[in-house]
Amino acid sequence: MSPRAIVEISLEKGLDLIAVSDHNSAENVGAVIRAGRHRGLAVLAGMEISSREEVHSLALFDTEDQAVLMQDLVYQHLRGTNRPELFGDQVVANEFDEVEGFNDHLLIGAVQLGLQEIVQAVHRLGGLSIASHVDRPSFSIMSQLGFIPEDVGVDAMEISRHTTRDKAGMEIPGLERFPVVSFSDAHFPGDIGNSCTCFFMEAPSVAEILLALREEGGRKVIE
Amino acid sequence: MKIEEILKRLELSAATGETGLDREADAGYCGDLLSDVMANAKKGALWLTIQSHQNIVAVAVLKEMAAIVLVNGRSPDEETKTKARAEGIPILLCPLPAFELAGRLYELGIGRP
Repeated sequence: MSPRAIVEISLEKGLDLIAVSDHNSAENVGAVIRAGRHRGLAVLAGMEISSREEVHSLALFDTEDQAVLMQDLVYQHLRGTNRPELFGDQVVANEFDEVEGFNDHLLIGAVQLGLQEIVQAVHRLGGLSIASHVDRPSFSIMSQLGFIPEDVGVDAMEISRHTTRDKAGMEIPGLERFPVVSFSDAHFPGDIGNSCTCFFMEAPSVAEILLALREEGGRKVIE
Repeated sequence: MKIEEILKRLELSAATGETGLDREADAGYCGDLLSDVMANAKKGALWLTIQSHQNIVAVAVLKEMAAIVLVNGRSPDEETKTKARAEGIPILLCPLPAFELAGRLYELGIGRP
C-alpha cells in the first residue's frame, strides 16, 4: 500500500475522496495527501483509533496538522514498542513511495482512553468521528460494548461490506439514530473501493460531510 | 453466598458502597467482550471483568447477575458508579487478575456443581 498506488487505484475505481486511516497513527497521511494533490484526488487526514474498550473508530480531519495533534494524544496513551518480526514493519513513506523510516509504536495496541473521550477529542480538533465496522464480531461497538451507548457522540456509524443497510438496521438496535456510511476498510490495494459512500455535497471537506450526514443545506448521503 | 460475605472473605472492596451487598451469588463468569457476556453469563453470577465502560451495568441488569468485579486493579469511572448505584448492582474491586480470583471463588464454592 504505497502512497502513489493508493492514489492510482482510487482514481481507477472512480473515487473522488478517500481517507488514509492507519491504526493509531497518522504518519503516512501527509504523503498520500501530497500524492493525491499531484493527481487531483482529495484525501482526508485520518486515523483508526482503538479505544481502551478496544472499539475502533475513525477520526477524519481536513488537514495533516489536525491529525498530528490527534496523533500526539494517541501516542501519549499508547503503550509498547513494535516488534517487526511479530507484527510486521510499520513503514513511514513519502509521496514518491520512498521509505522514510519506521514507526516504533505498538500500533496494534489499544489507546488507554475511553471511546467517548476519543470522540470528544476528535470533535475538539474539528474532526469527524465515525464508529468503525459496527456490524463486525471484533473491535466494534457491538462486540466490545454489547450495544450502542446512549451518549456515544459519534457523527455516524460505519457498516462493513459484509452487510447491508437493511440487514444492519435489523440486527443492531439503535442504529436508526445515526447516519450510516460504508467504507472499504482497505488493508490491501485490491480492497480499495470495495465499498464506498456517495455524498451529495459541494466540496470534499469534513464540514461538507457533516452537513450531508445531517441532511442540512441541501447536502445528503445518497447511498 | 451473599456478596457481603464474599467481600469479607476475599478482601475485596466495594466501589458502590453498600449497594446490593445483600444479593446472592451462586455462579461466576469471566469476560471482557460484552457481546459474549450477554450471550453466555448466567443469572446470579458474579461477573469478573476488566471492562469498566458504563455499559457493564446494563449488561449485569439484563442478565440478572449478582455483582460485577473489576479485576486487575481496574476502577470504574463516575458514570459507571452512578448507574450501578441507581440499578442496585454492586461493583467490587480486586487487585488480582481474573484467573486467580476465579480460583479463590471456586474454592469458596461459588459456581461448583
